[in-house]
Amino acid sequence: MLTLTHFLTLGAVLFCLSVAGIFINRKNVIVLLMCIELMLLAVNMNFIAFSHFNGDVAGQVFVFFILTVAAAEAAIGLAILVVLFRNRSSINVEDLDAMKG
Amino acid sequence: MGNLLLAIVLLPLAGAILAGLFGRQIGRAGAHWVTSGTVGLAFVLSALVWKQIVLDGAPVYNANLYTWLSAGGVDLHVGFLIDQLTATMMVTVTFVSWMVHIYTIGYMHEDPGYQRFFAYISLFTFSMLMLVMSNNFLQLFFGWEAVGLVSYLLIGFWYTRPTAIYANLKAFLVNRVGDFGFLLGIGAVLMYTGSLDYAEVFKAAPALADTTVSIWGGQEWSLMTLTCLLLFVGAMGKSAQVPLHVWLPDSMEGPTPISALIHAATMVTAGIFMVARMSPLFEMSQTALAVVLAIGAITAFFMGLLGLVQNDIKRVVAYSTLSQLGYMTVALGASAYSAAIFHLFTHAFFKALLFLAAGSVIIGMHHEQDMRKMGGLRKHMPITYWTSLIGTLALIGFPGFAGFFSKDAIIEAVELSKTPGAEYAYWAVLSGVYITALYSFRLVFMVFHGEERMDHHTLEHLHESPAVVTVPLMALAVPSVVIGALGIGSMVFGDYFGASIQVAHEHDVLKHMAEHFHGVVPFITHGMTQLPFMLAMAGVATAWVLYLKSPGIPASIAAALSPLHKLLLEKYGFDRFNEWFFAGGARGTGGLLWKVGDVGLIDGLIVNGSARLVGWWAGVVRHVQTGYLYHYAFAMIFGLLVLLAVFVHGALS
Repeated sequence: MLTLTHFLTLGAVLFCLSVAGIFINRKNVIVLLMCIELMLLAVNMNFIAFSHFNGDVAGQVFVFFILTVAAAEAAIGLAILVVLFRNRSSINVEDLDAMKG
Repeated sequence: MGNLLLAIVLLPLAGAILAGLFGRQIGRAGAHWVTSGTVGLAFVLSALVWKQIVLDGAPVYNANLYTWLSAGGVDLHVGFLIDQLTATMMVTVTFVSWMVHIYTIGYMHEDPGYQRFFAYISLFTFSMLMLVMSNNFLQLFFGWEAVGLVSYLLIGFWYTRPTAIYANLKAFLVNRVGDFGFLLGIGAVLMYTGSLDYAEVFKAAPALADTTVSIWGGQEWSLMTLTCLLLFVGAMGKSAQVPLHVWLPDSMEGPTPISALIHAATMVTAGIFMVARMSPLFEMSQTALAVVLAIGAITAFFMGLLGLVQNDIKRVVAYSTLSQLGYMTVALGASAYSAAIFHLFTHAFFKALLFLAAGSVIIGMHHEQDMRKMGGLRKHMPITYWTSLIGTLALIGFPGFAGFFSKDAIIEAVELSKTPGAEYAYWAVLSGVYITALYSFRLVFMVFHGEERMDHHTLEHLHESPAVVTVPLMALAVPSVVIGALGIGSMVFGDYFGASIQVAHEHDVLKHMAEHFHGVVPFITHGMTQLPFMLAMAGVATAWVLYLKSPGIPASIAAALSPLHKLLLEKYGFDRFNEWFFAGGARGTGGLLWKVGDVGLIDGLIVNGSARLVGWWAGVVRHVQTGYLYHYAFAMIFGLLVLLAVFVHGALS
């Protein structure tokens, strides 16, 4: 039987994977964006789990919202990425250090 | 009478303003006519006032003419107190000043700053009159500062000479020291009596006789002693008493007429006048009188010694002035205030005469002041010679001349005085007589007698000075002879000063002496059998032997006593000490504060230090800003986790 703990553990694992992805990744900005998406999905997983086990639909409504915003964010993020690539002809994370102090 | 007094004060001021601000319009002749005219008129009016007060016995005039401001229960007035003391001072000041005005016409006639000079000396006359005629401490202080300012301006009259600028700065600074004490004294008077008016202060003073004040460390001081000592510090500055005497010899950098007027006859006597004016206060403090006596004795003897080694003709007279001021101070310390004022009075005439005669010699010598290059001037400048001989005889106290009466009265008063230290002071003033005669006749012999040591060119042009110079000399020579004999009976032994000078009964040495006074002639014949007269004659004889008979002796004496001679040449090291300790100390402290405080602490630590600290910290912190996106993201997540942990922890507990 799957309990709440299993779902929450899955969410946590997904979240940790995405954090690790963000931090370990040195090559590709697209991977970075994907990791952010994954992080949001991990949160969504928690929402759905709580919604189901507590019998409250509000959590699932939230998930829809988050998915919508994430889609918009991905569109903007990819658009920025395209512009970035045009300007610098690279999407290597290591090269993108213009904010270095 | 108020208008008359106002006229006396304001006439010289008007002359000063006209000559000073409109000097170009009225021209050189206009400047000397307007200033000597106004001062002459002031003298005539002063003489009128003197006649009313002293001869006709008019009541003492004491009134406020104008209220300057009133604050917190204290009213600051401009007012006049005219009693016998003031009237005497007014006549002296205006007469000597008038003579100096006339003399200046001759002495300065080639100087480009002619009008400026007349403006200054008229302004001085105004300030000095404000000082002596004042009826309150504030106006006294105004006059006190004003004469100091004019003295500063006049010492530095030839402002292109570095030595003159050094000398006037020195005079100003040394006088600041004295004035600071004076101001503190006035402050003490105001604090304890609540008034600055002489009459009210003197009325309130007896009630304060036993008051003590604690300055520091719980030590109790008698209020009167403290006040009088502080006031006397002011007198020490103005009247050039040791150790604040250092400015007076240097003030000889100024033109000779002002040396006569300010640094011999009038301004330097302001301190003496002030102490005499404050006699009701000083009489209440034995300690203060003893200090006054000791300082005066030191000045009288040791400053006279310095006159022996000077070669500049004006400096010899300057040291003689210091020594004579010491005599006056000794008289004050011995409670013989009238004798001090009497000596001030006679001294004003004969010392002004000596200075003006020295100036006449300087004119004749084409502004050469070194006595070693003079000699034999007697034949070339007979009027100058005879008048300065009269001045010198008056100075050394030759029987019958003015100085004889005043100086003998002082010496005798000190002998009888019971003030602590009087015995020592007596020996100081007594040996001072010998020294005075020695340096005075050294001057006479070196300048007017002996061989002519000047160069050929000067000798050819040597002639008597013009009438504007010699007339004041003769006019001053007359009082230098007769004023002593005329004044001794009433001014010292009589009731001349009335209530203006008050002496406690147990201090009153002059009253004791008056019982033995039987007129001028017995006083002279008695004086001729006394020690001071013999010492003076011995001094003259010594000078004759050393500087006329065998002029080689002084050099060998100087060689034999070379440490002493050097000490005298160094003026006891006062200048050197002041330069090293005070000037050097001030510069050192300033340098220290500049280097450590300003450059090190403020600029280095606070201003640049804080900037550098921010820079360093920013340098450390900037490493956090790697520019890598994932670092920022990680930081955000980490921060989120921390906040979450805190939140959850808070919610659970």
